[in-house]
Amino acid sequence: MTRLLAIAWKELLQLRRDRLTLAMMVMLPIVQIVLFGWAIDTDVRHIPTTVLDQDRTAASRELAASLMATGSCDPVGEVRDPAELSAALRSGRAKVGLVIPARYAERLALGRPAAVQLVVDGSDPQSVASATSAAGGLVAQRAMAMVLARAGAREAPLSLESTTWYNPDLRTAVNVVPGLVGVILTMTMVMLTAMAVARERERGTLEQLVVSPIRKWELVVGKILPFVMIGYVQMTLVLIAGYVVFDVPVVGSLPLLYALAFGFIAANLALGLFFSTLARTQQQAMQMSFFFLLPNILLSGFMFPREGMPRPAQWLSEALPLTHFLKIIRGIALRGAGFDDLQGSLLRLAVILAVLVTLTSLRFRKNLA
Amino acid sequence: MGAELVVETAGLGRTFGKLVAVRDVSLSVRRGEIFGILGPNGAGKSTTIRMLCGLLTPTSGRGTVAGFDIASEPEKVKTRIGYMTQRFSLYEDLTVRENLLFYAGLYGLSGARRRERVAEVLARNGLEDRRDQLAGTLSGGWKQRVALACAMLHEPPLVFLDEPTAGVDPVSRRAFWEEIHRIATEGTTVIVTTHYMDEAERCHRLAFVFRGALLDTGTPAEILARRALRVAEVDCAARPVLDALRADRRVEEVAPFGARLRVTTRREHDPAALVREAMAAAGVAGDGPVEVRANLEDAFVSMVRDDARRA
Repeated sequence: MTRLLAIAWKELLQLRRDRLTLAMMVMLPIVQIVLFGWAIDTDVRHIPTTVLDQDRTAASRELAASLMATGSCDPVGEVRDPAELSAALRSGRAKVGLVIPARYAERLALGRPAAVQLVVDGSDPQSVASATSAAGGLVAQRAMAMVLARAGAREAPLSLESTTWYNPDLRTAVNVVPGLVGVILTMTMVMLTAMAVARERERGTLEQLVVSPIRKWELVVGKILPFVMIGYVQMTLVLIAGYVVFDVPVVGSLPLLYALAFGFIAANLALGLFFSTLARTQQQAMQMSFFFLLPNILLSGFMFPREGMPRPAQWLSEALPLTHFLKIIRGIALRGAGFDDLQGSLLRLAVILAVLVTLTSLRFRKNLA
Repeated sequence: MGAELVVETAGLGRTFGKLVAVRDVSLSVRRGEIFGILGPNGAGKSTTIRMLCGLLTPTSGRGTVAGFDIASEPEKVKTRIGYMTQRFSLYEDLTVRENLLFYAGLYGLSGARRRERVAEVLARNGLEDRRDQLAGTLSGGWKQRVALACAMLHEPPLVFLDEPTAGVDPVSRRAFWEEIHRIATEGTTVIVTTHYMDEAERCHRLAFVFRGALLDTGTPAEILARRALRVAEVDCAARPVLDALRADRRVEEVAPFGARLRVTTRREHDPAALVREAMAAAGVAGDGPVEVRANLEDAFVSMVRDDARRA
């Protein structure tokens, strides 16, 4: 125990001397939360939209105006013919074009079917999706109203009332803030441990540790203990910032969240140690950690829903600790999920942790002697 | 002698796959002795030391260090030894005192005992003025002193110094060897590896390691006597003389030192006479050669040559 504490104490001292790393660990969560919380909004609104009005009647102008009123589309002026429309889309001045054909008002008045066209720039699918659905909703609603009026009915025979739970305003920040806890922990935990061991190897102090009577588990636990503390500090910082700045509360049990986070932190630390057995220098350790971070951000479901990914990508993401931690933290923080609700993710995380710990201790043993 | 043996090995060997790193090393080191291990890089010095420290399990033979078997009780061996490498494994971003406190904790000292020992070591090594200085800002000589103090914190009966003076200035080197002698007089056994022959001469006993094998072991005087070498030096570096001496089968070794030649033979020949012969034959005039005392470097070179001849 004395030996273990000596290592942990030394690690903390070194951390305190290394102002840059320390500042990075505190600044990182704050910068990230600002970047991801504010800058990234998957709910795209105000898409530049142009109108090709070939009818030029009160009805056609009213239709265009109500599309703009949904908030999804912003008018960027009208075009006079199809050539101008394609020029506007090609140049990127507009991403969406609403085409209202000639005799639109006339056909409506006569009770004959009319069709309007929506041309969208598919090179940026995410941003035009909301325009498409806004226009679709708008037109369907109007069509229904006309049919009802013709039939003399006042209510539609079938309607959908959708209620959004947990995040009624569908704010992206609500989804992003808990996810950020996971991303930041993945980033710093893996990198810090990998570099801490690589540094000892680089400077030759590892040899001195190996000749001492310290046992391997004491060395490992002593080294990662301070990082576990840092992990919890970072997690707390993000949660507080998320609450203060973005009004994202933790609905569920905080003690449960902190308890389960330990498994995730441990998995990342084990991975960091594993990298450190492969890296000869701190730089290599850093590169490996960055290389590992990318698939985490892309595949874990932090930014893009896993449901939309091809099968192999989904399988791959199953192996990432972050994938399961995201389910756990979003479950607890946003939906108030309890232990029972999270068993599946917990089990998977436990399996990953067990594999990582086994792998690392095997590598570590061979590598140090 | 009958002194207590701190290290005793018999037929110690280690292979890595097909590579034989060390073979058949039998050593005995007595308490309070400064024992030098000499040999070129890759000769098996490090492997031998790593086995003695309990880091590597021998693949053949056996050995005890400080009363414990190196193969079956390596963890106990580790608690009884101190170890210092050529790179002075200090944490450069910790102060002198913090380094000492850390190493004390690493060897299981805790609480008041730990602080006491650190204070003692600081006072003893004249480090009190520098206790709050970062280790990285110390000069080479001071780093080395702190590193040695770290290795001695837990008062081990045996301390390993692996090329402790590599890259240290001559004045610090001399001061360091005084410290080594002081430690030894107080009863701590010191095992030191080195490249420097002047350092080798300061050891009580030596082991010459070459290509994984022990070539010879004994006091410097014993080793010199066993080699039975005679050496002459002459103020003449003329090429024909050098070539003639090199061609002479009675001459073991001719080494130019600036404007001088150092000529080594076995006891049965007279190196000075051979030099005079060669000078006369080449028609070179000059001061006559002078016979000098053979040193450990001469002995080492001659041993390595013999070994190469046998192989």
